[in-house]
Amino acid sequence: MSGIFSMRAWEKVWLYRGTFLLGLWNTVRTAVFAILLALALGIIFGLLATSGKKPLQLISRVYVEVIQNTPILLQTCFLYYALAFSGHSIGIITTGILALGVYTGAYMAEVVRAGIEAIPKGQFEAAQSQGFNYLEKMYYIILPQSIKIILPPMVNQVVNLIKNTSCLYIIGGADLISLTYSFVTGVNTGGAYAPAYLVSGFLFFIICFPLSKIASTWELALKRREQRVEFTRTRNGGSEVTANE
Amino acid sequence: MIRLENVCKNFGDLQVLKNVNLEVKEGEKLVIIGPSGSGKSTTVRCMNFLEEPTSGHVYIDGHELTSKNKTKLVRESISMVFQQFNLYPHMTVLKNLTIAPMKLHHKSKKEAEELAYHYLDVVGLRDKAHVYPTMLSGGQQQRIAIARALCTQTKIILFDEPTSALDPETIKEVLDVMVKLAKENITMVVVTHEMGFARQVADRVVFMADGQILEEGTPDHFFTNPENERVKQFLGKIIRS
Repeated sequence: MSGIFSMRAWEKVWLYRGTFLLGLWNTVRTAVFAILLALALGIIFGLLATSGKKPLQLISRVYVEVIQNTPILLQTCFLYYALAFSGHSIGIITTGILALGVYTGAYMAEVVRAGIEAIPKGQFEAAQSQGFNYLEKMYYIILPQSIKIILPPMVNQVVNLIKNTSCLYIIGGADLISLTYSFVTGVNTGGAYAPAYLVSGFLFFIICFPLSKIASTWELALKRREQRVEFTRTRNGGSEVTANE
Repeated sequence: MIRLENVCKNFGDLQVLKNVNLEVKEGEKLVIIGPSGSGKSTTVRCMNFLEEPTSGHVYIDGHELTSKNKTKLVRESISMVFQQFNLYPHMTVLKNLTIAPMKLHHKSKKEAEELAYHYLDVVGLRDKAHVYPTMLSGGQQQRIAIARALCTQTKIILFDEPTSALDPETIKEVLDVMVKLAKENITMVVVTHEMGFARQVADRVVFMADGQILEEGTPDHFFTNPENERVKQFLGKIIRS
Protein backbone atom coordinates (compact mmCIF):
# COMPACT_ATOMS: atom_id res chain seq x y z
CA MET A 1 0.00 0.00 0.00
CA SER A 2 1.49 3.28 -0.99
CA GLY A 3 -0.42 5.73 1.13
CA ILE A 4 -4.09 5.80 1.85
CA PHE A 5 -4.90 8.37 -0.82
CA SER A 6 -3.02 6.53 -3.53
CA MET A 7 -4.38 6.30 -7.04
CA ARG A 8 -4.66 2.54 -6.60
CA ALA A 9 -6.96 2.93 -3.63
CA TRP A 10 -9.27 5.23 -5.61
CA GLU A 11 -9.23 2.82 -8.51
CA LYS A 12 -10.23 0.02 -6.21
CA VAL A 13 -13.18 2.05 -4.91
CA TRP A 14 -14.24 2.84 -8.46
CA LEU A 15 -13.96 -0.82 -9.43
CA TYR A 16 -16.27 -1.77 -6.56
CA ARG A 17 -18.63 1.18 -7.00
CA GLY A 18 -21.49 -1.30 -7.24
CA THR A 19 -20.97 -2.16 -3.57
CA PHE A 20 -21.42 1.45 -2.53
CA LEU A 21 -24.46 1.93 -4.70
CA LEU A 22 -26.02 -1.24 -3.30
CA GLY A 23 -25.34 0.03 0.22
CA LEU A 24 -26.86 3.37 -0.69
CA TRP A 25 -29.94 1.67 -2.13
CA ASN A 26 -30.40 -0.43 1.00
CA THR A 27 -29.95 2.59 3.23
CA VAL A 28 -32.42 4.65 1.23
CA ARG A 29 -35.16 2.05 1.05
CA THR A 30 -34.82 1.20 4.74
CA ALA A 31 -34.91 4.90 5.57
CA VAL A 32 -37.94 5.70 3.40
CA PHE A 33 -40.15 3.08 5.03
CA ALA A 34 -38.78 3.82 8.48
CA ILE A 35 -39.56 7.53 7.98
CA LEU A 36 -43.15 6.72 7.07
CA LEU A 37 -43.47 4.54 10.16
CA ALA A 38 -41.83 7.18 12.36
CA LEU A 39 -44.14 9.89 11.02
CA ALA A 40 -47.22 7.79 11.67
CA LEU A 41 -46.08 6.90 15.20
CA GLY A 42 -45.01 10.48 15.85
CA ILE A 43 -48.38 11.91 14.88
CA ILE A 44 -50.36 9.25 16.77
CA PHE A 45 -48.34 9.48 19.99
CA GLY A 46 -47.99 13.26 19.69
CA LEU A 47 -51.79 13.52 19.52
CA LEU A 48 -52.18 11.10 22.44
CA ALA A 49 -49.81 13.24 24.49
CA THR A 50 -51.90 16.36 23.87
CA SER A 51 -55.31 14.69 24.13
CA GLY A 52 -55.81 15.82 27.72
CA LYS A 53 -56.86 12.28 28.65
CA LYS A 54 -54.65 10.85 31.40
CA PRO A 55 -54.48 7.17 30.30
CA LEU A 56 -53.67 8.13 26.70
CA GLN A 57 -51.01 10.57 27.87
CA LEU A 58 -49.48 7.85 30.02
CA ILE A 59 -49.26 5.43 27.10
CA SER A 60 -47.51 8.07 25.01
CA ARG A 61 -45.17 8.98 27.89
CA VAL A 62 -44.12 5.36 28.47
CA TYR A 63 -43.38 4.83 24.77
CA VAL A 64 -41.33 8.01 24.49
CA GLU A 65 -39.35 7.49 27.70
CA VAL A 66 -38.57 3.80 27.13
CA ILE A 67 -37.39 4.37 23.58
CA GLN A 68 -35.48 7.58 24.26
CA ASN A 69 -33.68 6.17 27.27
CA THR A 70 -32.36 2.93 25.78
CA PRO A 71 -29.75 2.70 23.02
CA ILE A 72 -30.97 2.15 19.49
CA LEU A 73 -28.37 -0.59 19.06
CA LEU A 74 -29.98 -2.49 21.91
CA GLN A 75 -33.44 -2.02 20.42
CA THR A 76 -32.25 -3.24 17.04
CA CYS A 77 -30.51 -6.31 18.52
CA PHE A 78 -33.46 -7.06 20.76
CA LEU A 79 -35.90 -6.92 17.88
CA TYR A 80 -33.71 -9.02 15.61
CA TYR A 81 -32.48 -11.70 18.01
CA ALA A 82 -35.57 -11.94 20.18
CA LEU A 83 -37.62 -12.54 17.07
CA ALA A 84 -35.01 -14.81 15.48
CA PHE A 85 -34.80 -17.06 18.56
CA SER A 86 -38.56 -17.29 18.77
CA GLY A 87 -38.53 -18.54 15.20
CA HIS A 88 -39.89 -15.47 13.45
CA SER A 89 -37.04 -14.20 11.36
CA ILE A 90 -38.27 -11.11 9.59
CA GLY A 91 -35.16 -10.20 7.67
CA ILE A 92 -32.59 -7.52 8.22
CA ILE A 93 -34.20 -4.78 6.18
CA THR A 94 -37.59 -5.24 7.86
CA THR A 95 -35.93 -5.28 11.27
CA GLY A 96 -34.16 -2.07 10.32
CA ILE A 97 -37.39 -0.42 9.21
CA LEU A 98 -39.18 -1.38 12.43
CA ALA A 99 -36.32 -0.53 14.79
CA LEU A 100 -35.50 2.82 13.19
CA GLY A 101 -39.18 3.69 12.74
CA VAL A 102 -40.07 2.98 16.34
CA TYR A 103 -36.94 4.73 17.62
CA THR A 104 -37.37 7.89 15.56
CA GLY A 105 -41.13 7.81 16.17
CA ALA A 106 -40.49 8.53 19.85
CA TYR A 107 -38.56 11.69 18.93
CA MET A 108 -41.16 12.66 16.33
CA ALA A 109 -43.87 12.28 18.97
CA GLU A 110 -42.08 14.83 21.14
CA VAL A 111 -41.68 17.17 18.18
CA VAL A 112 -45.40 16.90 17.36
CA ARG A 113 -46.36 17.38 21.01
CA ALA A 114 -44.23 20.52 21.31
CA GLY A 115 -45.67 21.83 18.04
CA ILE A 116 -49.23 21.39 19.25
CA GLU A 117 -48.55 22.79 22.71
CA ALA A 118 -47.07 25.94 21.18
CA ILE A 119 -50.43 26.90 19.66
CA PRO A 120 -52.35 29.34 21.92
CA LYS A 121 -55.26 27.90 23.89
CA GLY A 122 -57.59 30.42 22.22
CA GLN A 123 -57.20 28.62 18.89
CA PHE A 124 -58.45 25.36 20.39
CA GLU A 125 -61.33 27.20 22.05
CA ALA A 126 -62.32 29.09 18.90
CA ALA A 127 -62.44 25.81 16.97
CA GLN A 128 -64.42 24.10 19.72
CA SER A 129 -66.83 27.02 19.98
CA GLN A 130 -67.58 26.66 16.27
CA GLY A 131 -68.37 22.98 16.76
CA PHE A 132 -65.28 21.34 15.26
CA ASN A 133 -64.81 17.88 16.71
CA TYR A 134 -61.36 16.77 17.86
CA LEU A 135 -60.04 15.49 14.54
CA GLU A 136 -61.52 18.37 12.51
CA LYS A 137 -60.04 20.84 14.96
CA MET A 138 -56.60 19.28 14.66
CA TYR A 139 -56.75 18.90 10.89
CA TYR A 140 -58.13 22.30 9.89
CA ILE A 141 -57.03 24.59 12.69
CA ILE A 142 -54.20 23.34 14.89
CA LEU A 143 -51.83 21.20 12.81
CA PRO A 144 -51.59 23.66 9.88
CA GLN A 145 -50.31 26.18 12.43
CA SER A 146 -48.00 23.67 14.11
CA ILE A 147 -46.24 22.70 10.89
CA LYS A 148 -43.92 25.70 10.94
CA ILE A 149 -42.83 24.78 14.44
CA ILE A 150 -42.66 21.04 13.78
CA LEU A 151 -40.90 21.09 10.45
CA PRO A 152 -37.28 21.98 11.27
CA PRO A 153 -36.84 19.54 14.20
CA MET A 154 -38.71 16.89 12.25
CA VAL A 155 -36.31 17.11 9.33
CA ASN A 156 -33.45 16.85 11.83
CA GLN A 157 -34.99 13.58 12.96
CA VAL A 158 -35.29 12.36 9.37
CA VAL A 159 -31.63 13.17 8.78
CA ASN A 160 -30.71 11.37 12.01
CA LEU A 161 -32.72 8.38 10.92
CA ILE A 162 -30.87 8.16 7.61
CA LYS A 163 -27.55 8.27 9.43
CA ASN A 164 -28.78 5.75 12.01
CA THR A 165 -29.24 3.12 9.31
CA SER A 166 -25.63 2.36 10.20
CA CYS A 167 -27.02 0.48 13.21
CA LEU A 168 -27.95 -2.30 10.83
CA TYR A 169 -24.28 -3.20 10.92
CA ILE A 170 -24.75 -4.93 14.24
CA ILE A 171 -27.24 -7.41 12.81
CA GLY A 172 -25.23 -7.97 9.65
CA GLY A 173 -26.97 -5.43 7.48
CA ALA A 174 -26.19 -4.45 3.93
CA ASP A 175 -26.61 -0.71 4.39
CA LEU A 176 -24.09 1.84 3.19
CA ILE A 177 -21.96 1.90 6.35
CA SER A 178 -21.92 -1.89 6.74
CA LEU A 179 -20.93 -2.44 3.13
CA THR A 180 -18.28 0.26 3.33
CA TYR A 181 -16.84 -1.45 6.38
CA SER A 182 -16.78 -4.89 4.78
CA PHE A 183 -15.20 -3.33 1.72
CA VAL A 184 -12.29 -1.76 3.58
CA THR A 185 -11.69 -4.85 5.72
CA GLY A 186 -12.31 -7.43 2.98
CA VAL A 187 -9.56 -9.88 2.04
CA ASN A 188 -9.59 -8.96 -1.63
CA THR A 189 -10.82 -5.39 -1.40
CA GLY A 190 -9.26 -4.17 1.85
CA GLY A 191 -6.99 -1.25 2.39
CA ALA A 192 -8.64 1.67 0.62
CA TYR A 193 -9.83 3.17 3.91
CA ALA A 194 -9.78 6.89 3.29
CA PRO A 195 -11.26 6.94 -0.22
CA ALA A 196 -13.93 4.44 0.77
CA TYR A 197 -15.07 6.44 3.79
CA LEU A 198 -14.93 9.68 1.84
CA VAL A 199 -17.16 8.22 -0.84
CA SER A 200 -19.50 6.77 1.74
CA GLY A 201 -19.67 10.09 3.60
CA PHE A 202 -20.24 11.95 0.35
CA LEU A 203 -23.19 9.71 -0.46
CA PHE A 204 -24.76 10.40 2.94
CA PHE A 205 -24.13 14.12 2.53
CA ILE A 206 -25.78 14.44 -0.87
CA ILE A 207 -28.95 12.93 0.59
CA CYS A 208 -29.07 14.66 3.95
CA PHE A 209 -27.89 18.14 2.98
CA PRO A 210 -30.62 18.86 0.39
CA LEU A 211 -33.21 17.62 2.90
CA SER A 212 -32.11 20.13 5.50
CA LYS A 213 -32.01 22.81 2.81
CA ILE A 214 -35.50 22.08 1.48
CA ALA A 215 -36.91 22.18 4.99
CA SER A 216 -35.44 25.55 5.88
CA THR A 217 -36.67 27.03 2.58
CA TRP A 218 -40.15 25.64 3.11
CA GLU A 219 -40.23 26.91 6.67
CA LEU A 220 -39.32 30.41 5.54
CA ALA A 221 -41.96 30.36 2.83
CA LEU A 222 -44.64 29.29 5.32
CA LYS A 223 -43.65 32.05 7.72
CA ARG A 224 -43.72 34.67 4.99
CA ARG A 225 -47.08 33.63 3.64
CA GLU A 226 -48.86 34.63 6.81
CA GLN A 227 -47.27 38.03 6.96
CA ARG A 228 -48.23 38.94 3.47
CA VAL A 229 -51.35 40.49 2.09
CA GLU A 230 -52.21 38.60 -1.02
CA PHE A 231 -52.21 41.44 -3.48
CA THR A 232 -53.19 39.47 -6.55
CA ARG A 233 -56.06 37.80 -4.74
CA THR A 234 -57.20 41.15 -3.38
CA ARG A 235 -57.48 42.36 -6.96
CA ASN A 236 -59.43 39.26 -7.95
CA GLY A 237 -61.49 39.73 -4.83
CA GLY A 238 -62.27 43.25 -5.99
CA SER A 239 -63.84 41.97 -9.20
CA GLU A 240 -65.73 39.31 -7.24
CA VAL A 241 -67.14 42.06 -5.10
CA THR A 242 -68.68 43.84 -8.06
CA ALA A 243 -69.93 40.53 -9.43
CA ASN A 244 -71.74 39.85 -6.17
CA GLU A 245 -73.41 43.19 -6.01
CA MET B 1 -83.28 29.21 24.82
CA ILE B 2 -80.49 28.77 27.37
CA ARG B 3 -81.11 27.55 30.89
CA LEU B 4 -78.53 27.06 33.62
CA GLU B 5 -79.76 24.97 36.52
CA ASN B 6 -77.79 24.91 39.78
CA VAL B 7 -74.52 25.20 37.90
CA CYS B 8 -71.39 24.89 40.05
CA LYS B 9 -67.85 25.02 38.79
CA ASN B 10 -64.69 24.31 40.74
CA PHE B 11 -61.12 24.79 39.62
CA GLY B 12 -59.28 22.60 42.11
CA ASP B 13 -60.24 23.94 45.52
CA LEU B 14 -61.51 27.20 44.12
CA GLN B 15 -65.26 27.44 43.78
CA VAL B 16 -65.81 29.74 40.83
CA LEU B 17 -69.55 29.27 40.34
CA LYS B 18 -71.90 28.61 43.25
CA ASN B 19 -75.32 27.41 42.21
CA VAL B 20 -75.98 29.65 39.27
CA ASN B 21 -79.55 29.62 37.92
CA LEU B 22 -80.19 31.64 34.83
CA GLU B 23 -82.56 31.58 31.90
CA VAL B 24 -82.11 33.41 28.62
CA LYS B 25 -85.10 33.72 26.30
CA GLU B 26 -85.05 33.56 22.54
CA GLY B 27 -83.96 36.86 21.05
CA GLU B 28 -83.09 38.28 24.45
CA LYS B 29 -80.06 40.50 24.95
CA LEU B 30 -78.60 39.60 28.31
CA VAL B 31 -75.67 41.53 29.71
CA ILE B 32 -73.62 40.12 32.57
CA ILE B 33 -71.63 42.60 34.63
CA GLY B 34 -69.62 42.39 37.81
CA PRO B 35 -66.10 42.71 39.20
CA SER B 36 -63.17 40.64 37.91
CA GLY B 37 -63.07 37.08 39.15
CA SER B 38 -66.79 37.03 39.83
CA GLY B 39 -67.44 34.10 37.47
CA LYS B 40 -68.99 36.03 34.56
CA SER B 41 -66.74 34.49 31.93
CA THR B 42 -67.03 31.04 33.43
CA THR B 43 -70.80 31.38 33.30
CA VAL B 44 -70.88 32.05 29.55
CA ARG B 45 -68.17 29.43 28.95
CA CYS B 46 -70.45 26.89 30.63
CA MET B 47 -73.14 27.77 28.09
CA ASN B 48 -71.14 26.18 25.26
CA PHE B 49 -69.22 23.73 27.46
CA LEU B 50 -65.81 25.32 26.96
CA GLU B 51 -66.00 24.72 30.69
CA GLU B 52 -67.99 21.72 31.80
CA PRO B 53 -69.85 22.39 35.06
CA THR B 54 -68.72 20.42 38.10
CA SER B 55 -72.40 19.93 38.88
CA GLY B 56 -75.72 21.21 37.61
CA HIS B 57 -77.32 21.22 34.18
CA VAL B 58 -77.20 23.35 31.06
CA TYR B 59 -80.08 23.25 28.56
CA ILE B 60 -79.97 24.65 25.05
CA ASP B 61 -83.36 24.89 23.36
CA GLY B 62 -84.67 22.25 25.75
CA HIS B 63 -81.82 19.78 25.13
CA GLU B 64 -79.43 19.09 27.96
CA LEU B 65 -75.84 19.85 26.98
CA THR B 66 -73.53 16.90 27.76
CA SER B 67 -69.89 16.13 26.96
CA LYS B 68 -71.21 13.64 24.40
CA ASN B 69 -73.51 15.94 22.43
CA LYS B 70 -71.71 19.25 22.97
CA THR B 71 -69.93 19.32 19.59
CA LYS B 72 -73.14 18.80 17.65
CA LEU B 73 -75.36 21.01 19.79
CA VAL B 74 -72.83 23.85 19.92
CA ARG B 75 -72.24 23.59 16.18
CA GLU B 76 -75.95 23.99 15.50
CA SER B 77 -76.92 26.59 18.04
CA ILE B 78 -74.12 28.67 19.54
CA SER B 79 -71.20 30.83 18.45
CA MET B 80 -68.79 32.78 20.54
CA VAL B 81 -66.77 35.98 20.34
CA PHE B 82 -63.67 36.05 22.52
CA GLN B 83 -61.74 38.75 24.31
CA GLN B 84 -58.60 37.87 22.33
CA PHE B 85 -60.49 37.51 18.99
CA ASN B 86 -58.88 34.11 18.29
CA LEU B 87 -59.03 34.42 14.53
CA TYR B 88 -57.20 31.63 12.69
CA PRO B 89 -53.89 33.27 11.75
CA HIS B 90 -53.03 30.82 8.97
CA MET B 91 -56.14 31.70 6.97
CA THR B 92 -57.26 34.83 5.15
CA VAL B 93 -60.26 36.65 6.55
CA LEU B 94 -62.48 35.05 3.91
CA LYS B 95 -61.24 31.57 4.83
CA ASN B 96 -61.77 32.37 8.52
CA LEU B 97 -65.40 33.11 7.73
CA THR B 98 -66.03 30.21 5.37
CA ILE B 99 -64.21 27.29 7.02
CA ALA B 100 -66.96 26.38 9.50
CA PRO B 101 -69.88 26.90 7.08
CA MET B 102 -68.10 24.77 4.46
CA LYS B 103 -66.66 22.02 6.61
CA LEU B 104 -69.28 21.83 9.37
CA HIS B 105 -72.49 23.12 7.81
CA HIS B 106 -71.87 21.60 4.36
CA LYS B 107 -72.36 24.78 2.41
CA SER B 108 -70.83 25.09 -1.05
CA LYS B 109 -67.88 27.42 -1.50
CA LYS B 110 -70.11 29.86 -3.39
CA GLU B 111 -72.83 29.90 -0.71
CA ALA B 112 -70.26 30.25 2.06
CA GLU B 113 -68.51 33.13 0.32
CA GLU B 114 -71.75 34.95 -0.40
CA LEU B 115 -72.62 34.61 3.27
CA ALA B 116 -69.15 35.81 4.23
CA TYR B 117 -69.35 38.90 2.02
CA HIS B 118 -72.80 39.64 3.38
CA TYR B 119 -71.55 39.65 6.96
CA LEU B 120 -68.37 41.47 6.01
CA ASP B 121 -70.71 44.22 4.83
CA VAL B 122 -72.52 44.10 8.16
CA VAL B 123 -69.26 44.72 10.03
CA GLY B 124 -68.03 47.10 7.30
CA LEU B 125 -64.88 45.22 6.31
CA ARG B 126 -65.61 43.82 2.85
CA ASP B 127 -62.30 45.15 1.51
CA LYS B 128 -60.34 43.02 4.00
CA ALA B 129 -61.55 39.66 2.67
CA HIS B 130 -58.18 38.54 1.34
CA VAL B 131 -56.02 39.87 4.12
CA TYR B 132 -54.47 37.74 6.88
CA PRO B 133 -55.66 38.61 10.41
CA THR B 134 -52.22 39.81 11.58
CA MET B 135 -52.52 42.71 9.14
CA LEU B 136 -55.60 44.04 10.94
CA SER B 137 -55.99 46.26 13.99
CA GLY B 138 -57.55 44.83 17.15
CA GLY B 139 -60.89 46.47 16.47
CA GLN B 140 -60.95 45.15 12.92
CA GLN B 141 -60.00 41.66 14.11
CA GLN B 142 -62.85 41.69 16.59
CA ARG B 143 -65.32 42.83 13.93
CA ILE B 144 -64.11 39.94 11.74
CA ALA B 145 -64.56 37.60 14.71
CA ILE B 146 -68.15 38.82 15.02
CA ALA B 147 -68.67 38.23 11.29
CA ARG B 148 -67.23 34.74 11.74
CA ALA B 149 -69.75 34.05 14.49
CA LEU B 150 -72.57 35.36 12.28
CA CYS B 151 -71.50 33.19 9.33
CA THR B 152 -72.49 30.00 11.15
CA GLN B 153 -76.01 31.49 11.49
CA THR B 154 -76.59 30.20 14.98
CA LYS B 155 -79.44 31.58 17.08
CA ILE B 156 -77.19 32.32 20.03
CA ILE B 157 -73.98 34.35 20.17
CA LEU B 158 -71.93 34.55 23.37
CA PHE B 159 -69.63 37.54 23.84
CA ASP B 160 -66.88 37.12 26.43
CA GLU B 161 -65.57 40.62 27.17
CA PRO B 162 -65.36 41.50 23.48
CA THR B 163 -63.89 44.97 24.01
CA SER B 164 -61.58 44.38 26.98
CA ALA B 165 -58.48 43.84 24.85
CA LEU B 166 -59.06 46.94 22.72
CA ASP B 167 -57.79 50.45 23.08
CA PRO B 168 -60.43 53.06 23.92
CA GLU B 169 -60.55 54.47 20.40
CA THR B 170 -61.47 51.18 18.74
CA ILE B 171 -63.94 50.01 21.37
CA LYS B 172 -66.63 52.10 19.74
CA GLU B 173 -66.32 50.52 16.29
CA VAL B 174 -66.90 47.09 17.86
CA LEU B 175 -69.76 48.28 20.07
CA ASP B 176 -71.44 49.92 17.09
CA VAL B 177 -71.48 46.56 15.30
CA MET B 178 -72.90 44.89 18.41
CA VAL B 179 -75.62 47.52 18.75
CA LYS B 180 -76.53 46.86 15.12
CA LEU B 181 -76.72 43.12 15.82
CA ALA B 182 -78.90 43.69 18.84
CA LYS B 183 -81.65 44.83 16.50
CA GLU B 184 -81.78 41.34 14.97
CA ASN B 185 -83.55 38.38 16.53
CA ILE B 186 -80.27 36.86 17.75
CA THR B 187 -80.00 35.74 21.36
CA MET B 188 -77.02 37.60 22.75
CA VAL B 189 -75.27 36.96 26.05
CA VAL B 190 -72.63 39.61 26.65
CA VAL B 191 -70.06 39.79 29.43
CA THR B 192 -68.79 43.36 29.45
CA HIS B 193 -67.64 46.33 31.45
CA GLU B 194 -69.24 48.71 28.96
CA MET B 195 -72.11 50.14 30.98
CA GLY B 196 -73.20 52.43 28.16
CA PHE B 197 -73.69 49.40 25.95
CA ALA B 198 -75.57 47.54 28.69
CA ARG B 199 -77.89 50.47 29.15
CA GLN B 200 -78.51 50.90 25.44
CA VAL B 201 -79.15 47.34 24.28
CA ALA B 202 -79.74 45.03 27.24
CA ASP B 203 -83.19 43.57 27.83
CA ARG B 204 -81.93 42.37 31.16
CA VAL B 205 -78.78 42.91 33.19
CA VAL B 206 -77.32 40.34 35.57
CA PHE B 207 -74.85 41.30 38.26
CA MET B 208 -72.43 38.64 39.47
CA ALA B 209 -69.98 38.62 42.36
CA ASP B 210 -68.14 35.75 44.04
CA GLY B 211 -69.60 33.15 41.71
CA GLN B 212 -73.20 34.09 42.37
CA ILE B 213 -75.90 36.15 40.75
CA LEU B 214 -76.62 38.95 43.19
CA GLU B 215 -79.17 40.92 41.26
CA GLU B 216 -80.92 40.92 37.93
CA GLY B 217 -83.33 43.31 36.26
CA THR B 218 -83.91 45.74 33.44
CA PRO B 219 -81.15 48.28 32.74
CA ASP B 220 -83.44 51.01 34.02
CA HIS B 221 -83.87 49.32 37.36
CA PHE B 222 -80.18 48.62 37.51
CA PHE B 223 -78.74 51.96 36.75
CA THR B 224 -81.30 54.08 38.58
CA ASN B 225 -82.04 52.22 41.80
CA PRO B 226 -80.18 48.97 42.38
CA GLU B 227 -81.15 47.24 45.62
CA ASN B 228 -78.08 45.26 46.51
CA GLU B 229 -75.34 47.13 48.39
CA ARG B 230 -72.60 45.34 46.46
CA VAL B 231 -74.16 46.44 43.16
CA LYS B 232 -74.42 50.04 44.29
CA GLN B 233 -70.77 49.99 45.30
CA PHE B 234 -69.71 48.49 41.98
CA LEU B 235 -71.74 50.89 39.84
CA GLY B 236 -70.55 53.82 41.90
CA LYS B 237 -66.98 52.91 41.09
CA ILE B 238 -67.35 52.01 37.46
CA ILE B 239 -69.64 54.69 36.06
CA ARG B 240 -67.65 57.71 35.19
CA SER B 241 -69.53 60.97 35.44
